[in-house]
Amino acid sequence: MPADHVPADHVPAGQPVIEVEDLRKQFGALEVLRGVSLTVQPREVVCIIGPSGSGKSTLLRCVNRLEEPTAGSIHIEGEDILDPDCEIDLVRRKIGMVFQAFNLFPHLTVLGNCTIAQRKVLRRSRADAEEQARAMLARVGLADKVDEHPVRLSGGQQQRVAIARALCMGPDMMLFDEVTSALDPELVGEVLASMRQLAEDGMTMLVVTHEMGFARRVADRVVFMDDGVIVEEGPPQQVLDAPREARTRRFLQQVGERESP
Amino acid sequence: MREAFLDADIFWDQFPDIVTRAARNTLIFTALAFAIGFGLALVLAMMRLSPLRPYRWFASVWIEVFRGLPALITIIAIGFAMPIALDFRVPGIYGPGSVALGIVYSAYMAETIRAGVEAVPRAQVEAARSLGMTAFRSMVSIVLPQAFRIIIPPLTNELVALIKDTSLLYVLGTTAATIEITQYSRKAMLDTFNITPLVAAAVVYLAITIPMTRAVGLLERRNRRAR
Repeated sequence: MPADHVPADHVPAGQPVIEVEDLRKQFGALEVLRGVSLTVQPREVVCIIGPSGSGKSTLLRCVNRLEEPTAGSIHIEGEDILDPDCEIDLVRRKIGMVFQAFNLFPHLTVLGNCTIAQRKVLRRSRADAEEQARAMLARVGLADKVDEHPVRLSGGQQQRVAIARALCMGPDMMLFDEVTSALDPELVGEVLASMRQLAEDGMTMLVVTHEMGFARRVADRVVFMDDGVIVEEGPPQQVLDAPREARTRRFLQQVGERESP
Repeated sequence: MREAFLDADIFWDQFPDIVTRAARNTLIFTALAFAIGFGLALVLAMMRLSPLRPYRWFASVWIEVFRGLPALITIIAIGFAMPIALDFRVPGIYGPGSVALGIVYSAYMAETIRAGVEAVPRAQVEAARSLGMTAFRSMVSIVLPQAFRIIIPPLTNELVALIKDTSLLYVLGTTAATIEITQYSRKAMLDTFNITPLVAAAVVYLAITIPMTRAVGLLERRNRRAR
């Protein structure tokens, strides 16, 4: 855990940022999540690992309700987001999300990508939005790319723009959904470096990843999921180096260990 | 033979009136009908994509009816039948014709817009929603701008077809104020007992449509380069 592991000032001490309880999600007859409970504390970095089809991305997508859970409960900073009266659009402003396929807006420049939600959702002036966008783009090392269109950028650059775009909204937490899986191997490092910097700055992060090296170095806690349930969770050293469960051991043997920054 | 089709004197006699009056009216009808049709089409496309069944049904029926009927029937219905049956006449000398063609073309354009919206990946909406945008805001700021780029070519086709279909408005009766290119040339044909005015009309139509499709093609290429 980082040395400065104190709750952010806007969250009452001890209240989890994300609290998922007994979450279930069915697609037709297929039950993808079969009772998942997970708590993320302020400034905590939690990495979710597991084989494909284990439900980790679905879990992440339920946290900001891109996916509607079938049963269970999700609280974001204490607010029940599955309550029919919950204004999910307001909650989502607090939750940044980065996707596997970047999902940048191709009709807008890098700057446009980073300012449109600030202006249309937060009603910031163009000048304020651009100032914030430039600051966040500088944070991911792309200050010189503001006027480019996304297709002109490498995958790694696009993904860093996507991180900056989410940061522009000033989120309290960030969700990362296999954000390096679509990248060429040589571009993975720059994205992980940006994420690591973000973690060191104290951002609360829930990260679905296949990058075991990243999980080991950056995560406060690693969660191993398989077949719609959490099999095992704990500090990275414990889960990755001395897993208690046979299923975790098997998975780790299969993926080997990919070292990355 | 040559005199009957292309008598130079008669040809040049058509100008400038065929441009300043007839082509002007053709373009006015086209612009009004396109604006009406596009506005309706946008609403209809949103209704067809709506999760609410009554909206989807209404839009489907509208589209099927006005796409399935000959344009002439719709024009006669709006221009003659409606004033008699409902005692309501669309106001303005350009009104009835523009509204009728607007309704006809709204059916085609609604399907074009819907196809464009559906061609924008769902992931774009997810990214927009994850930033806190409402469904409406995502549609306006993220999906429609991308959809319009996709549908520029088919929309251009529909605009060209609309320009030509303004000639159907002759059934509503023609006054000197609203006469469009085709009707203008037919009157001139009867006056001169010669086919040359029709050739002049053809030249004027092409002088409108070819530069337009060229300009759109250029715009599209520039768009593609920017992406």
